[in-house]
Amino acid sequence: MVDKPWIELGLTDGEYSLIVGQLGREPNLVELNMYSVMWSEHCSYKHSRAELRKFPTEGPRVLQGPGENAGVVDIGEGWACAFKIESHNHPSAVEPYQGAATGVGGILRDIFTMGARPVAFLNSLRFGELSDPRVRYLFDRVVAGIGGYGNCVGIPTVAGEVYFEPCYRGNPLVNAMCVGVMRSENLVLGKASGEGNLVFLAGARTGKDGIHGVTFASEELNAASEEKRPSVQVGDPFMGKLLMEATLELIEKGLAAGVQDLGGAGLTCALTETAARAGTGIEVDLDQVPLREEGMLAHEILVSESQERMLYIIEPRHREEVEKIFIRWGLPYANLGRVTTDGMVRALFRGEKVVNLPAASVAGGAPECEPGLAEPAYYGELKKFKLPELPGETNYNRALQKLLGDSTVASKEAVWRRYDYSVRTSTLQGPGGDAAVIRIRENGKALALTVDGNGRHSYLDPYIGGIYAVAEATRNLSCTGAEPVGITDCLNFGNPEKAEISWQFQQTVEGMSEACRVLGVPVVGGNVSFYNEVEGEAIYPTPVVGAVGLLAEPENMTRSAFKSAGDHVLLLGSKLVSLGGSQYLKCCHNVVAGALTRPDLELEKRLQELLRSLINERLVHSAHDLSEGGLAVALAECCIGGELGCVLTLPAGSGRADNLFGEGPSRVIVSVHYELVGRVVRLAGKAKVPVMDLGEVGGEKLKIMSEGEYLVDIKIADLDRIYREVIACAMK
Amino acid sequence: MKAGVIVFPGSNCDLDAYHLVRDILGQEADYIWHGETSPGEYDLLILPGGFSYGDYLRSGAIARFSPVMEAVASFAAAGGMVLGICNGFQILTEAGLLPGALYRNRHLQFRCRQTYIRVENNRLPFTGLARKEQVLKIPVAHGDGCYYVPEDELAGLEERGQVVFRYTDSGGSPTKKANPNGSVSNIAGVCNEQGNVLGLMPHPERAGEDLLGSSDGLVIFKSILDYLGAGEVSRRG
Repeated sequence: MVDKPWIELGLTDGEYSLIVGQLGREPNLVELNMYSVMWSEHCSYKHSRAELRKFPTEGPRVLQGPGENAGVVDIGEGWACAFKIESHNHPSAVEPYQGAATGVGGILRDIFTMGARPVAFLNSLRFGELSDPRVRYLFDRVVAGIGGYGNCVGIPTVAGEVYFEPCYRGNPLVNAMCVGVMRSENLVLGKASGEGNLVFLAGARTGKDGIHGVTFASEELNAASEEKRPSVQVGDPFMGKLLMEATLELIEKGLAAGVQDLGGAGLTCALTETAARAGTGIEVDLDQVPLREEGMLAHEILVSESQERMLYIIEPRHREEVEKIFIRWGLPYANLGRVTTDGMVRALFRGEKVVNLPAASVAGGAPECEPGLAEPAYYGELKKFKLPELPGETNYNRALQKLLGDSTVASKEAVWRRYDYSVRTSTLQGPGGDAAVIRIRENGKALALTVDGNGRHSYLDPYIGGIYAVAEATRNLSCTGAEPVGITDCLNFGNPEKAEISWQFQQTVEGMSEACRVLGVPVVGGNVSFYNEVEGEAIYPTPVVGAVGLLAEPENMTRSAFKSAGDHVLLLGSKLVSLGGSQYLKCCHNVVAGALTRPDLELEKRLQELLRSLINERLVHSAHDLSEGGLAVALAECCIGGELGCVLTLPAGSGRADNLFGEGPSRVIVSVHYELVGRVVRLAGKAKVPVMDLGEVGGEKLKIMSEGEYLVDIKIADLDRIYREVIACAMK
Repeated sequence: MKAGVIVFPGSNCDLDAYHLVRDILGQEADYIWHGETSPGEYDLLILPGGFSYGDYLRSGAIARFSPVMEAVASFAAAGGMVLGICNGFQILTEAGLLPGALYRNRHLQFRCRQTYIRVENNRLPFTGLARKEQVLKIPVAHGDGCYYVPEDELAGLEERGQVVFRYTDSGGSPTKKANPNGSVSNIAGVCNEQGNVLGLMPHPERAGEDLLGSSDGLVIFKSILDYLGAGEVSRRG
């Protein structure tokens, strides 16, 4: 017997005393296991709760904010949209296929648990450099795992992003988002309400997989992490699909008083959270749990993270009808017990009472940590970096080709053609655009969806990086014509016990909150992933924003590709750019340094409003956000997508590399029929958004001139080949 | 027309087929649960795409034993029209209602993309309104779509007009690049000898509206309607 069993289970001495204090006695080993998983960082958010309260979470459309399985916003005519993003980083680092697949399965359950029919998946991925064979292996298996689950359950994967940076080599990021649609009145919460109501468990049998997965997720990775492979769950998308259909049928028929999926911390989390949310208690008999193998112990049953399981709170009068549904879908199920009123979670095992805990203590009693904050030493240094110290660029054609062939910038078609993005016949705009657009048959509208985040920006300035992430995600929605209605965030950071990491986290949340406030977009849910470190080296602070927009008239949807020769190319928005932190610096000069362009959120707001009104008045043929690689890369993408060239002139003055490759927020390229240019320019003036007419669409080349000289002059066909080649080759 | 869309556990394109028949064609459609042994009267049975029973074994290998499959077989034997799309095609080959087999894609990856398929036989109830060698833009989305028949059998299929669709480029040439999965002879779809059972890997139900990228898939469904309108009566399933 170990002296201090709580230490083995990842709890500190201080936390253990707190548990004893809250309980008024020492917990037994089963109970201690339950505390251990629920008080882990993953479940208790002890290092992030205080900061997360800063997010604006309210708005006229918000039906459900953070704290539930997913956020829900009103999308009109009695319909609502549920969505959430979640990380599955650590499992994917050691078992990439199952890690990614169960990440998708887990976020799927979060959505249908609310009563929403899942309609789309998105994902945001980060890996080390592709030249590394281990990275190529992780990349290939993660993509296969995402497709393996998503394709099988028949929900299209419509958008995503992939970045490659050395800091993610041993700790890739796999963030999965799911979006669902529901009748507002069908909203079901994860609450164990109603004394005497029955507690049902249905879905896969409980096995020994994923035991203490959340504890694994709450520590740094190291050489021994490979041995944690048994902590990684194994997904069964077929079971996930059956469970989804059965759950939606139950909810549609009004048979469920409460629904909760079993994810991290398994049954322990589902029992204690549903009881704590409702202020009730639960009594269960663990011998009723359908098991995958004989001889499982009470604590194993309670903390197992076997996938594809759901907990339902059912009124006794519905029992028969509910059982019929489980049987029809071929699901193992059991009535585990019932809801009580005294706030206690009790469990029997082989006739003995093994658990007797206050739900509120297990699910909400973990202490809030108040970490010290310290600006990292690198921060000030990297900001001071001066560009003139670089050798001047002499061949802009070559620089552009290099950027388009950079794995982060290059086309991800070789990734998304492995995902079914057209099932459900609602994908109006699939992967590869600024945002995906799917129609909602039920109310005649469409949803625009995107995920965005740039870790390098956040590394150089986490506050501005946070603003950028929200601004870019919402701008991408606006580029299709959609109005942003809410965001969900996945915050990927290093070890929060370090003051520098806590500082990055705090700065990021401040920046994101500021952007959300000015742009009027609420945060309705999200996830924090700490301890993304290998051997003490943290990843870039990486906030990923999943954003949802509403397009009232889907036929107005705009794409990024140029459409017609003769159209004018207009640059709308900010004139401020910087090479600091740019893709160009990294890709062409191998430098990660410099100051980011200061954002102007008021301009961002005016720009997005202008864009949406231009699109809804059908005044533009295309709209494309400027991001990594700046103006030149954005133009190349518009040309490649439309198989059309363009001939443009940049104003004289500022540095040429800045003009072509500098990055900054609040910038969008639109193409406009030549007869409408005057009107668009006037409307931009009225909206106080700077506008510049750069030239015309046409020809077979991208030609960019400055001061009488062609800086860029390349055939679109050549750009296209470079743009598509790199990821396709890595994926063979 | 009244179509029955068969729902196996794990089917996931059932909704799309149902939507196309009801909302785009304005015809009747029902879902038929896989446990059904006497589904009732239909003019057309559709086996939709998906991952029946998870397809953890060979695709379609378990679904062929579903109770409903006996009814599908007798419906087909009586001359009823059966359309298998993607997983439905796989199930029909497993059930022996169509010749050949569908292997894992040659490149071993799932593939979702637009393809072009050429109509090789337009004298079928499924293709009567298409021009001979008309090229249709219809997407694929599958992991196990590599069609195979032994060479000697292939010659027989060709002779009898059982090769109904071939992957081609947009101009109608059956190039290697146009073939998304390594199918023998670029075959995308085949029918039985009688011509009343058709299976294809591309998804015509995903190509029923221009706003989704193509409406070329409609020609298959409209051909069926046209054929039925020409005097065919409903059959008991």
